[in-house]
Parts: sequence; structure tokens; C-alpha cells
Amino acid sequence: MSPGRSVYRGEVSMATVAPFDIPYTRIIAPDGSVDGDLPDFARDPAGVIPLYRAMVRTRTFDARAIALHRTGRLGTYPSGLGQEAVGAGLAYAMQDVDVLVPAYRDTGAQLGRGVTPFELLMYWGGDERGSDYSVPRRDFPVSITVGEHPPHAAGVALAMQIRREPRVAVCTLGDGATSKGAFYEAINVAGSMWLPLVVVIVNNQWAISAPRAIQSGAPTLAQKAVAAGFPGEQVDGNDVIAVADVCARAVERARTGEGPTLIEAITYRLGDHTTVDDARRYREDAEVSKAWGNEPLGRIRAFLVAGGVWSKEDEEGLLAECAAEIDRAAEEYLATPGMPVEAMFDHLYEELPPAVEAQRRQAIRETAADA
Amino acid sequence: MPEVTFVQAVTQALMYEMGADERVVVLGEDVAATGGVFRATEGLVERYGPDRVIDTPISETVIAGLGIGLAAEGMRPVVEIQFTGFIYPALDQLLNHASRLRNRTRGRLTCPMVLRAAGGGLIKSPEHHSDTPEALLATIPGLKVVVPSTPAQAYGLLLAAIRDPDPVVVLETSRLYRSLREDVPDDGVALPIGMSFVRREGTDLTLVTWGGMVPEVLAVADELAADGIEATVIDVASISPLDMDPILESVGRTGRCVIVHEAARQGGFGAEIAARLADEGLTSLAAPVTRLTGYDAIYPLARLEGRYVPDRRRIAAAARKVLEYA
Repeated sequence: MSPGRSVYRGEVSMATVAPFDIPYTRIIAPDGSVDGDLPDFARDPAGVIPLYRAMVRTRTFDARAIALHRTGRLGTYPSGLGQEAVGAGLAYAMQDVDVLVPAYRDTGAQLGRGVTPFELLMYWGGDERGSDYSVPRRDFPVSITVGEHPPHAAGVALAMQIRREPRVAVCTLGDGATSKGAFYEAINVAGSMWLPLVVVIVNNQWAISAPRAIQSGAPTLAQKAVAAGFPGEQVDGNDVIAVADVCARAVERARTGEGPTLIEAITYRLGDHTTVDDARRYREDAEVSKAWGNEPLGRIRAFLVAGGVWSKEDEEGLLAECAAEIDRAAEEYLATPGMPVEAMFDHLYEELPPAVEAQRRQAIRETAADA
Repeated sequence: MPEVTFVQAVTQALMYEMGADERVVVLGEDVAATGGVFRATEGLVERYGPDRVIDTPISETVIAGLGIGLAAEGMRPVVEIQFTGFIYPALDQLLNHASRLRNRTRGRLTCPMVLRAAGGGLIKSPEHHSDTPEALLATIPGLKVVVPSTPAQAYGLLLAAIRDPDPVVVLETSRLYRSLREDVPDDGVALPIGMSFVRREGTDLTLVTWGGMVPEVLAVADELAADGIEATVIDVASISPLDMDPILESVGRTGRCVIVHEAARQGGFGAEIAARLADEGLTSLAAPVTRLTGYDAIYPLARLEGRYVPDRRRIAAAARKVLEYA
């Protein structure tokens, strides 16, 4: 039982509150060796292959998105390079009926949830249809505003709680977003209402140019859960087995009425903030080089190889398979015509008010005149 | 049929719709145990229970945000922000999220939430309790904004707002809560959002107003009638979407228009109506379109607030002035 939970559950403590602990979980060391208790799914190394595949798929997508931007065929894109383990592990821990309320850099989690590479390219290519996900129909579109979306996840969780559904809302956000008032309000209400909510802080150390130290004087971001009255813990965000394990435990606690959890997944943003940022302006190359030694794919590959379940051929096959899939998605995206001008009115309201109808006709007329 | 006050009409609508639609939930500060600071939610928790009438922390951002999450999950949340001056922490939620969710997802996720807040001045309250921010909210595409002025409108427009498939802000006027009273059949019949109501017909001039100024403008129209001046009074009721048709039609006959609102003039919603009249009704104007509004000054504390909100004398003077043009 977490120390956070025992402090406030309706009772006001009149005694000195005990110090708190923030557990930290790592299972696989950066060299691929086992450094903790393997969860059931990872006892047979073959059980970890789906997680590795998900990470490689994410990285392949990421590289292609950047390449498309560099060649003028995609809009501004926030790379998730180096953070693949968080998304893969989190998506692994969720069920289809759960709801993800993601931030903009959580491409890996979205892919894991069933959002397609085509949809992601459509969105980042500037087309709203990219957020009309064909598979996770209840998942939210990415939040571009930083840290204003945790309240939505709390609301989703409240709906699940009111209807007594065994479902969980999961919110992902960056380290910078934990400085926002909306984040505090959301975790606060999650604690007071004991919502089936898991909040995952993807602490990649950088919020554009602001290092983690600028965001907070707290030694961990996970400890913010203590004030909200529920468990907070850290996990090595570059260890996909640990992320999957910690998230799965939290998600199942939420599902069974045991309340919210705040998870701080510690990772590193190896890329620029976005394709229009240049991280060399504010951080040392040496720091980035060092972080590459801790990146998440290599250690799991080493774990799989050591386990005898992954070969050079498997690796080449996977890379080719991912590249082919993303190629197909990119071709489909590039071949998809944009929406007609009236699309900006099509989903403004369920029924367009007559007052706006005239502007819709005006837009069509003006576009036709320009053609 | 017993008469009900404005605030009782709000309660009646909530009570009715919670009974008719189990997806409807009410949440906000003090809405359950005490029935709301104005008692608008009185009796709801007793009838519908704490799962559907929910006291929240004092967190306006998260109150609105909870509404978005609930609505996206298929519930029909009615969230209460106690006073209009306290909605600003929730503005990001309304502007960036509630109003955009449908468009962002091409209709996959929608946000049928209602946000109620009480505002308007002349109740001798501390600062920030008297704002009338309809113009600010009217600039948000994807959002609807209604300002009821009678118990019947409070009932009918709130029902419409709850049933609306898109987010609606209902701005109630706290000084009307107990000063107005009328028969309101509890028949579950909604009033249309997006319709201006003609409250009085006359051919000499057109008075356009909404919310808390409606009773004052109607009283002035009666005073003018005693002098043989017949005014049409149009109660806009829906700020967004705005129904200009009866305004244009009336001004087409009268050629004279005074727009009365409590909020400050610059960028106030009267400016939108005046601009639309210039655009679509210029040739019928016999006098400049006049706005009588709160001043472009900070809403004062109680001792001066009576000088801020347009009163009957100022409204009547403005009306008589537009009649001076030949």
C-alpha cells in the first residue's frame, strides 16, 4: 500500500504525517541484463517480442515522419525518438475498452492503441480526418495545448465510475505539463473522487529548451501524487518490460476500484522538440550522446538475443516489415486529396446554424472563384 | 398552476431532464449538499443521488474539463460555475477543447455539455461576481451561448441546452433569480436555441437586448407607450448562434434601433448586432444605430454599480434620442 493513500481518505490527520516513498522500478539494465523481478509475461523472452516490435515500428514511423517533413510533405512533427518504450509498454498494459487521452508526442502509445500510421500522417500532415481513429474510437485526439487535457481524462474516468464500468482512463503528458494548474486540478479531483485514472508523466527531461530542473524543485515528479492522495511511482521509461509491468499494475488497480496512480516514466528526448526546433541551441551534444547509450531498443534487443529468441534475420525481417508498412501508409497519405473548403463547417456543430450556413456558401463560392 | 421564480425554473428543468434522461449528471461546487449557492440545484441529490449530483473541489478548470470527458463518453453533464467572473480558469477548456472536439475528430467524439454560470450586477456582491461575458464567449466557434431573461426561458432554454448535441453555455442573471416569477408548465418542452424572441411589437423604434436588461427595456417600452411611442422589443436570448431575422425585419419597419446591454461597450455583443445592421439593413436606417451599455470601465463595487448598469432613465433617453432624427 502506498504511503500516499494512507494519509487522506476522508480523514484529516492531526498527527505528523509520515515521510513518503516513491518506488522506482527497473527490470532490464541498459546492457540488456536482468536487473529485477521479471513479470510473468517476460519470463519467456519470446513474450517480450511484441513489445520490441512495437518499439521498432514506432521508431520507423518517427524517422519517416521527420523525412517527410524535411522534404516538405508533412507539417511540424514532434519526434518521440528515444521514448518508444513508454508508449509500447503503456499500450500493452491497456485494454481495448480503456481510453487514452494523449499528448502530442505519444505516437508510440497511439500506434499501440491501434491508431494507424496513415491516420497519424494525415493528422501531422494537416488533415483533421487523421484524428478520426478507426480502431480506438473512444481515444482522445492528441492534446496540443500542454497539460490542459488531464481534466478530460478525469471526466472520462468519472463517466466510467458512474456507470460502474470496468474500464480505465489513461492520460499521458510530458514533464513540462506537470507544471500546469490543470494537471494539479485533475490529479486532485482524481484523488478526491478515487477515479479509475492512470496518469503517466513521460519525463523526457526537456520541455522545448527548459530542462526538467526548471519545471519543479521536487526531486521526483511522481511525488506530486502524494498531495493528491494516491500512489506515485517512478519507472525506468527506457525499460519497456518495467513500463509494461508498472502500467499494467496501475491500470488493473484502477479497473478494480483501487484508485488512481501517477507514474513518472523517466526517459530522454533524443530528438529536437519538433521538426522546427534545434536542440543544439540549448543542450550539449555530450549529454545526447550519453543518452543514446541508454536508449530503449538496444537493451531489449540484447535481452531477446541473450534469451535466444531473436536473430539477425529476425531483426532484418522486422525492419523490412516496418519500413514496408510505413511506406504504404506514406503513399496512401500522399495520395489522399485534401478536404473541400466546406469541411471546416461540416463538424462545427451537429447541425450547422443558419447564421453560419451563409459563410459556408461564401467559402465554397470564394474557393471556386479562386480556382 | 403555481408560479415559479427564475431559479426555481432552472431547478425544474434540471429535475425534469434528469428524470427523462439518465445520462444527465450535474456537477460543480456546492451543487449537492447545499443545492447550489443560489439553490438552483436544490433537491436534486435527494432525488437522483450522489452518482448524478456531484460536489467537486473548487477547481473551475477541472469542473469544465470533467464535463468534456463525461460528454465525450456519452453522458450529458450540466456543470455549474458559481459566478461568471469565475469561468475564466475554465475558458481554455471551453475555447480550446469543448468547442473543438467534434471538429477535431470529424464527429467521432462530441461534447454535449452545458456550463451554467450566474452573472450580472446590482446584487451588491464583491468583485468578479457581476460579469456579463457573453461577447467573449460569442467569439468561440463550435460553442453556443444562451442568456435567458424569464423563468420560461430559463426552463426552456436549459432543456434545449442539455439536449443539444454540442456544448452550450447558459448565462443566468442572478438578480432575476428571485425577482421574476411566472407560470412555467413543467412539460419538458424546450425553447429553440438560435432564436430571438419578439417580446413587444411597435413601429416607432426597435429596442434590442437580452438577459438581465430585458425587464428594464420592457419597462421603458411601457413608459414610452404612455407617450404614444410604440417600441418593438427584441430579446436576443441566443447570443450564439444569433438570429438576426426579427431584428432586421423590425428595423426595416422602424428605421431606428437602440441596443442595450450590461457589459462594456467596446467589443461588446452590441457591436456585432450594429455591424450586422450596417451590413444588411443600412438602407432602412433613419437614425444611427445606438448602443447603450455598461461603460468601458471596470465594473464598480456596490456603491457605484447602479451608475454602471444602464437604468431605465438612460435607456429611455437613448430611445428618445434616436427618435429625434427626422
